[in-house]
Amino acid sequence: MTRCTPAFRACVALALLLPALAAGQADERDSSRVVIGSKAFTESVILGEMMTGLLESEGIPAMHWRELGGTRVLWNGLQAGDIDAYVEYTGTILLEILREDAATDDSRIEGLLAEQGVGIAARLGFNNTYVLGMREADAEALGIRRISDLRVHPELKFGLSNEFVSRADGWPGLRAAYHLPHPEPRGLQHDLAYRGLASRDIDVIDLYSTDPEIEYYKLSRLEDDLGYFPRYDAVILYRRGLRGDAVAALGRLEGVLDENSMSVLNAAVKIEGRPAPTVAAAFLSERLGTDVTVRSDDRLGRFVDRSLEHLRLVGISLGAAILIAIPLGILAYLWPRLGEVVLAATSVVQTIPALALLVLLIPWFGIGAKPAIVALFLFSLLPIVRNTQAGLRNLPPDIRESAIALGLPTHARLRLVELPLAGHSILAGIKTAAVINVGTATLGALIGAGGYGEPILTGIRLDDMGLIFEGAIPAAILALLVQGAFELVERRWISWEGATRSTP
Amino acid sequence: MLTFEEVTLRLPEGFALEHLSFALEPGRTTALVGPSGCGKSTVLRLAVALLLPQSGRVSIGSQALTPRNANLLRHHLGYVLQEGGLFPHMTAGENVTLMARHLRWDASRVHARLTELLALIHLTPDHMARRPAELSGGERQRVSLARALMLDPALLLLDEPLGALDPIVRHELQRELRQLFRALQKSVLLVTHDIAEAGYLADDLILMRDGRIVQRGSLKELVEAPADAFVGAFVAAQRQLAEVLSEDEALAEPA
Repeated sequence: MTRCTPAFRACVALALLLPALAAGQADERDSSRVVIGSKAFTESVILGEMMTGLLESEGIPAMHWRELGGTRVLWNGLQAGDIDAYVEYTGTILLEILREDAATDDSRIEGLLAEQGVGIAARLGFNNTYVLGMREADAEALGIRRISDLRVHPELKFGLSNEFVSRADGWPGLRAAYHLPHPEPRGLQHDLAYRGLASRDIDVIDLYSTDPEIEYYKLSRLEDDLGYFPRYDAVILYRRGLRGDAVAALGRLEGVLDENSMSVLNAAVKIEGRPAPTVAAAFLSERLGTDVTVRSDDRLGRFVDRSLEHLRLVGISLGAAILIAIPLGILAYLWPRLGEVVLAATSVVQTIPALALLVLLIPWFGIGAKPAIVALFLFSLLPIVRNTQAGLRNLPPDIRESAIALGLPTHARLRLVELPLAGHSILAGIKTAAVINVGTATLGALIGAGGYGEPILTGIRLDDMGLIFEGAIPAAILALLVQGAFELVERRWISWEGATRSTP
Repeated sequence: MLTFEEVTLRLPEGFALEHLSFALEPGRTTALVGPSGCGKSTVLRLAVALLLPQSGRVSIGSQALTPRNANLLRHHLGYVLQEGGLFPHMTAGENVTLMARHLRWDASRVHARLTELLALIHLTPDHMARRPAELSGGERQRVSLARALMLDPALLLLDEPLGALDPIVRHELQRELRQLFRALQKSVLLVTHDIAEAGYLADDLILMRDGRIVQRGSLKELVEAPADAFVGAFVAAQRQLAEVLSEDEALAEPA
């Protein structure tokens, strides 16, 4: 058996080892548990904790899959059976999920959801929609309680968020519905609006009715007395087929929250910085007399879990990509016309935004690690295919011609001469793929794949730099380690490459 | 041994071989000479089926060379390039024995053949343990020659084998090659642009120009009876040292 270069052997070993290593870390999502999902914003996470805590206090094993990417991810997850229940808003259900008129009445919503195999376990009691807000003191002084009351106060300055100013169901419609005499307001960024209000530069702003800032800045919500804004009532959606005792337990949350109490909870987490599980547990014990034990925060254990999750995402996807992409690169080299097609196809995949690809994959692979691995696999193909093909094509012609003239058949020529010599380029492609992969894998957290993206998402949600670094730094270090490891392997070539250069 | 019959090949660059015919006799050394771009290397590439003719026939022995039988027929050919074309990731020994091992010769046979070749090309087992980059240019060409001879082919094709070597090494290798060709009694087709080297190494010269054979014969015949003015000019375009020296003197005198 003719010897292969260390590089070539390394590629093969890597391809076989990575998935094996990674697969050792078994999927710990237990099918007997009730899975609660939440979106990547504070209110959703608190409610997710509340539901999970309530189920566990009633002896029903449950877990919280927190901070998933958005409505599509959760809804598709519910349909795929990866998630059993989560909190959604009626306006979102109508406009984004069912694509119905926002004025559809509640009983019809339930009917439409039932057709999709989804039920409503509880209406939490609050409506998280657009409202107009003012400083509490001013509102009281001027006697303003309802939006209609603004009509007689044309001197009040509006500061509305950019989106609200331009949306048809925002300012233009609102002004028409209420016959407001105020001039066209300037659009500004939402967080700045609160500050403008505090500094008395503006008097009326738009806000979400459960924003924690309402509490913090002592604002009062103006009642939408003409019912202009669509309703975004928070409801617990559950998958039909969820065990009855769990549905009943979730039903206990019916009507427990109003806008005010929800914004107090949001403030406790987002502004006071208290952990969401603690806030949720305190609320449950106060309102329902339920005793929920909050698991202690094990930083190291969490770090180890995330690292394993991250390595698993990168390992399996990269290993599979190596196994598929190298043969594709070889085919692309042997048949240049096919090569163009292969390279074009893998390039197209590369241009799909990562989040879009993740969401596209959910119908086939559900949510969690699987679709993330598939997406990372697809993203890893191009660098490896391209470098394999280019490495082979760019070999000196006299090397290839010597190999042909010796009478070596194509497969032997590839195995003995061309692939070992292109190994350097192939390994560089794998390195590129691996480094990109480590970074892109952080997006996997959006669809519940875990890994270092999880603390980054939480950090963004809570505006907590410490948490962002908790994910970003290990991810960066891992990328550097991967790069370093590949460079170590690459150095094995210098034995003959360096010698080529030093000889005149 | 090697036969070209009415071989035509037009390459996209505008170069063309038109109805080229010749045959090599067994056991003789033939040199293809001519100016750059006359098609002499193309003839060698056709002979190892790196190129295929658009019409006409290239045969090795009695068999016409086709894509189907090319790999098999190549076992009866040895091919040496100007820069050797050695595989840089293998040692010299691995380069030489690659094909024999691929054809599953047993180890003792490989070893015996290698020992035979080392004596022939004046290299040691120590050279065989080195990578091509660790060998001198002359040593690399010897290794390349040994690789071409490993399977004991009937026909040896050499494309400017000494073209990249410095004059002293080149001079020495010319002498060795001449002895080697006489000792081996193989058919050899050698491409060179150096008429003196061709005359020194080969019994038979084929002079080419623009893809056609202009004249074939011994060096003596080409010099004494050039077929046309081009042959005369090509043969005469060799500067002898004596001539250089006398010209220098002539230039120096008036001063």
